[in-house]
Amino acid sequence: MNKPLPNSLRGLPDARGRFGDFGGRFVAETLMPLILELEAAYEQAKQDPTFQDEFNYYLTHYVGRPSPLWFAERLTRALGGAKIYFKRDELNHTGAHKINNCIGQILLARRMGKTRIIAETGAGQHGVATATVAALFGLPCVIYMGATDVERQQPNVFRMKLLGAEIVPVTAGAATLKDAMNEAMRDWVANVRDTFYIIGTAAGPHPYPAMVRDFQSVIGTEARAQMLDAEGRLPDTAIAAIGGGSNAIGLFHAFLDDAVALIGVEAAGRGLDSGEHAAALARGRPGVLHGNRTYLLQDADGQITEAHSISAGLDYPGIGPEHAHLHDIGRVSYVAVTDEEALAAFQLCCRTEGIIPALEPSHALAHVAKIAPTLPAEHIILMNLCGRGDKDIFTVAKHLGAQL
Amino acid sequence: MSRIASTFARLGAENRAALITFVEAFDPDQETSAALLKGMAARGADIIEIGMPFTDPMADGPTIQQAGRRALRAGATVAGTLALIRAFRSVNQTVPLVLMGYLNPILAYGIEAFAADAAAAGIDGVIVVDMPTEESDLLLPSLQAHAIDLIRLVAPTTSDERLPIVLKESSGFVYYVSITGITGTRTASAEDLARDIPRIRRATALPIAVGFGVRTPDQAAIVARHADGAVVASALIDHLAMGLDSGGHASPALIDAVLDDVAALAAAMRAARQINIGLG
Repeated sequence: MNKPLPNSLRGLPDARGRFGDFGGRFVAETLMPLILELEAAYEQAKQDPTFQDEFNYYLTHYVGRPSPLWFAERLTRALGGAKIYFKRDELNHTGAHKINNCIGQILLARRMGKTRIIAETGAGQHGVATATVAALFGLPCVIYMGATDVERQQPNVFRMKLLGAEIVPVTAGAATLKDAMNEAMRDWVANVRDTFYIIGTAAGPHPYPAMVRDFQSVIGTEARAQMLDAEGRLPDTAIAAIGGGSNAIGLFHAFLDDAVALIGVEAAGRGLDSGEHAAALARGRPGVLHGNRTYLLQDADGQITEAHSISAGLDYPGIGPEHAHLHDIGRVSYVAVTDEEALAAFQLCCRTEGIIPALEPSHALAHVAKIAPTLPAEHIILMNLCGRGDKDIFTVAKHLGAQL
Repeated sequence: MSRIASTFARLGAENRAALITFVEAFDPDQETSAALLKGMAARGADIIEIGMPFTDPMADGPTIQQAGRRALRAGATVAGTLALIRAFRSVNQTVPLVLMGYLNPILAYGIEAFAADAAAAGIDGVIVVDMPTEESDLLLPSLQAHAIDLIRLVAPTTSDERLPIVLKESSGFVYYVSITGITGTRTASAEDLARDIPRIRRATALPIAVGFGVRTPDQAAIVARHADGAVVASALIDHLAMGLDSGGHASPALIDAVLDDVAALAAAMRAARQINIGLG
């Protein structure tokens, strides 16, 4: 393996799975040998050209990559400032970036001889993507989903069922993504020998944050080349929404060593001071949950507090450890956008670009809408449009007071 | 000698295994857990494990999850748990106490402050479920400085090659998680234990306690024939939980009934090794 350049930010994590002070492997001993086995299998796969070829084959012919880079001309004119490009990962098979990672992990699961797949899901996008690849490879699949999310993401629940997955609603806690992840971990602990846990975001114990990032970095790698083709230069700013942070790290990673401003957009829910948000970096403190040390929403006693966002995919009280590190060293700026601002951006995108975005990238778009008018016309913004909004139309209709 | 080491030494001399019972601090309130602690020591518990409630107990089954939720609703905190322990220690200086919990509340309390205050309160050992050996340098120096044992978990998935890594710098006793799964669900068989315990014995001179899925006096007796201690948690919590009144409180009669279970477990474990040498 190439030794990372000392002045590169792209060489992390270290051998202990740390990104600076964050990351690591905080799991029970029952899982620890499995985590080590997974790490070894992944390291081996990463260096095996046949694994990479296989991964690329499915990305090209099944997912439909590369996804286009789209100059959002009417939006650019409407906002009257910076030139805005979308990386259109919402056009992937299954409608979001999540499938990139699922292809990578299920290929690894097969390589490791695992015969059963489990996953957690929030919005249901990762659940749908996991159920999809499980169907594609003929493996039984169990999806843990918070009961609250089952309620607000019915279309995705039905999609997963059509794809043959078993959905287990989780009623613990606020019955959202965090609780689904706890339950998936419990399943894994009980079925360690045959089960592969496909984690959907760039969080969890090492090697998941690095592995998910690697599988998602196809987004930024493509966008970087496409941007050079389209404009002959790199963007000035790249922006993505953040729940756990897999689409954002997937976009950012290719640009970490470039002179490109990177902005991650957290969910401010009903406002950062309302107590009802999912902004782990803006309002959280470092702690340990779900296998990694990272910023978490928690009370003074270290109890994890509930996150809130209109977007089920951002409704998580933590954030991937690499983001925590990039925040602490100041390489990426993290901002927050409210439910209302995201809803307004959602509608703006529909009407100016003819694209119904998911509520997750609507958060990124809301920040684009804030800064684009303040920037000169030659400033290029690249935004990751990481998912489409079909799954969200019922939620949006409810908030807009429409009857479906 | 520490309370844990001297307890196992004494039990070894008496040719019996330790009954280790579990109380979730503040489940369903402070008074009940205080009464259970005191009562368990009186009714035959050799060591008591005290659960520190956490919102996201990933290795625990429904029973301990719900106990944790009741405890948090009752206002459980790390400081409150330590206060509970100080109160117990003012009346009992002999029974070893082991805190079991997850890392985040300890980090929020402050590692050094936690070790100092836990030692001052009379804690003898600490088990941190989500801190494997690879991450334990975070806590180990502070615990060692305050003479608290860091008790390690060993699982059926822990290979022979890995045992020395896990057991390095381990003290007190080894906690063998006898099933692959969460607390209070499955139970290891006598055959499982006959296979697994000697494997761990070869890697350590420390006493071995078996937990996860030990529910009945018969099961505790089986464990007593193979290992040095049996941890009973979910079965006691289930009894408590099922008897709570409509306001979620435990009556004195309910607490007595749970303590009767402790006495029955203790009796079964005392008898377990006597059968071989004849009663009497």
